[in-house]
Amino acid sequence: MKETLRKPVLAVGPFHPLQEEMEFFQLTVDGEKVTDIKARISYNHRGIEKLSETLQFDQVPYLVSRVCGICSASHPLAYVQAVEEIAGIKPPERALYVRTIINEMERIHSHLLWVGLAGHFIGYDTVFMWAWKYREPVLDLLEEMTGNRNNYGNVKVGGCREDIPEELIPKINQELDQIEKKAEMLTKAVLDDPVLHVRLKGVGVLSKEDAVNYAVTGPTARGSGVAIDVRRDDPYAAYADLDWKVVSQPEGDVFAKAVVRLLETFESIKMIRQALAKLPKGPVAVDVKEIPPGEGCGHAEAPRGETFHYVRSDGGNRPVRHKIRAPSYVNVPSFKASCIGADIADVTLTLAAVDPCYSCTERLAVVDGHNAVIHDYEELLRLSREKTARIRKDLGSPGLKLEGC
Amino acid sequence: MQPNELDKQFSPIQDRLAGIEYTKENRVFLPCEAEHVYEICRFLFDELRWRFVISTGIDAEDRFEVLHHFSDDASGTVVTVKAFIRDRDKPEIDSITPLIPAAEWIEREMRDLLGITFRNHPNPQRLILEDDWPDGVYPLRKEIPK
Amino acid sequence: MDWKLWALKKSIWVFHVNAGACNNCDIEIVNLLTPKFDVERFGIKLVGSPRHADALLVTGVGTRQAAKRVQEVYRQTSKPCVVFCMGACACGMGIFEGGYHVAGPIDSIIHEVDPNAIIAYVPGCPPKPQAMIMGVVKALAALQPKEKYATERVGQAVLANPG
Repeated sequence: MKETLRKPVLAVGPFHPLQEEMEFFQLTVDGEKVTDIKARISYNHRGIEKLSETLQFDQVPYLVSRVCGICSASHPLAYVQAVEEIAGIKPPERALYVRTIINEMERIHSHLLWVGLAGHFIGYDTVFMWAWKYREPVLDLLEEMTGNRNNYGNVKVGGCREDIPEELIPKINQELDQIEKKAEMLTKAVLDDPVLHVRLKGVGVLSKEDAVNYAVTGPTARGSGVAIDVRRDDPYAAYADLDWKVVSQPEGDVFAKAVVRLLETFESIKMIRQALAKLPKGPVAVDVKEIPPGEGCGHAEAPRGETFHYVRSDGGNRPVRHKIRAPSYVNVPSFKASCIGADIADVTLTLAAVDPCYSCTERLAVVDGHNAVIHDYEELLRLSREKTARIRKDLGSPGLKLEGC
Repeated sequence: MQPNELDKQFSPIQDRLAGIEYTKENRVFLPCEAEHVYEICRFLFDELRWRFVISTGIDAEDRFEVLHHFSDDASGTVVTVKAFIRDRDKPEIDSITPLIPAAEWIEREMRDLLGITFRNHPNPQRLILEDDWPDGVYPLRKEIPK
Repeated sequence: MDWKLWALKKSIWVFHVNAGACNNCDIEIVNLLTPKFDVERFGIKLVGSPRHADALLVTGVGTRQAAKRVQEVYRQTSKPCVVFCMGACACGMGIFEGGYHVAGPIDSIIHEVDPNAIIAYVPGCPPKPQAMIMGVVKALAALQPKEKYATERVGQAVLANPG
């Protein structure tokens, strides 16, 4: 074990280069087991809630879609729903369908991103390359629909800023067929692999009781048997009109969360196809004159879980108060419950299993009781991959069955 | 859920509330004085088994407000407990973290950004502002310019 | 090392620094490594330590907590190096200007430690991977005027055939 100074330069693998900020997560260990976790999250704090008070209601969506890169459709949607609640605005039906399509597209590429990262953490870089290769067609489709691969800017108070052109729809359906085939191959390869079964099952377990106490949402909750989903519980956009199911697994381990995310990807593909087929005619926005005084609570099911926005208006042009809660804010602290007592080698994977905003996973450090760093992120990654290698060896080194690269 | 059904559910804590306000069929606000916030949240979390969503701290000119948002996923209702802290010079309220571990971070954040003290918070350390941020400067207070 | 000689290097090793970003730019940087863009075939490699880097890819607005760390990383990067401000936030704070926890933009943070630092700007929110590649190529072309045509031809070829 190497003893280093408290804030050393961190050397880390090629995909998650790390800065020196180590106080994001500090884990204390006793032997090979984690005994405590401390967290500080000042690194990314940009003061967005205060900035929101300086913007007009219709400028805020541009700000909030940049809260997090991979939930950039869900944040503006939750926000505009809160404002529409205050003003009693009902967007046109077509707008609700367009919102649904964009959000489900985002879910697909976000879940594929997660599968790739999880593969990277356990040492299956083929999975990483594969999953991220097949994200690209989804990003390209989003660019054709909204003008940007990320930060779509398609939602506004009263509806959508842009419509999906009719001539694009056959192409979207064609691409979805391809993406579905690749996702099926990936799912089968991952879920049938004996090494992954041993590596991921029983690891990072979050019990149902802890899931409730830590108020987690999204796949983190659904992977622990807490079958909540805002799309079904408090339907918004067009979800009440579509035929789909909530995916949940009871075990609470990393494997269960992987299953939930992989199967949800297929539900999303199903939903997009239905929404495109049923897309109602008409405008995609209503005119909004003013927002009266009041309070609204808007929530949306982002890929990571429930995004919640509370907005207070005093009848002026700007929000008086805007509270933003990203799903990771409640999901990440549950790491305390799932990591204490766990093996150091499982730490990166356990944190990754809640699918935190990508940069959260980089800021891990393991310290001893006197705050000397004994494992930095690179070491934790190495320990995780070594564990996978040992398991593979024990099982006779089976290969991962991925085709069509 | 119809408004009068929900009202019935709240009867055990009715005397602690200053009212029950509906902005919509499934959006309820429960205003109360700060001293009652722990008991009300305990009722919602332990007895009604509603999910804690997040809290919002607000500097509302003549008072501070701490809003604890809960969700009844079975009915799609969002209930917000709106606690009023009248003492602007020394704003304090009981922490609900001992009851709901999920509230730990957000109460630390409200302390950082609004200067509200959460009594009995198990870990009242700085969460969200940088190490060198000056004590006593609370960015979300109205007196701090935008 | 002479600037011209340095800039003739075909293999640029880069170190990525997140200075308080929303992750969009970071993900697009990682996208550069994946099969569609695959920048490693052009010798652009993401390294794990600033000491091995020829260039820094900085994303994010430069929050107060991140600013000192960015400066520390810059000090440790072997010189000469180029700092690429990736994305609207790094270039000029973008939509976060005026925030109470924002110390950026990145060029002012770097110039505090080295007024002569070489900084290249790649705007976009996020910049597409093609834009990032173009940014790196253009910066190299600007630093080596004699070889300008050769490098620009390579750049055009890269963009014509993203993979």
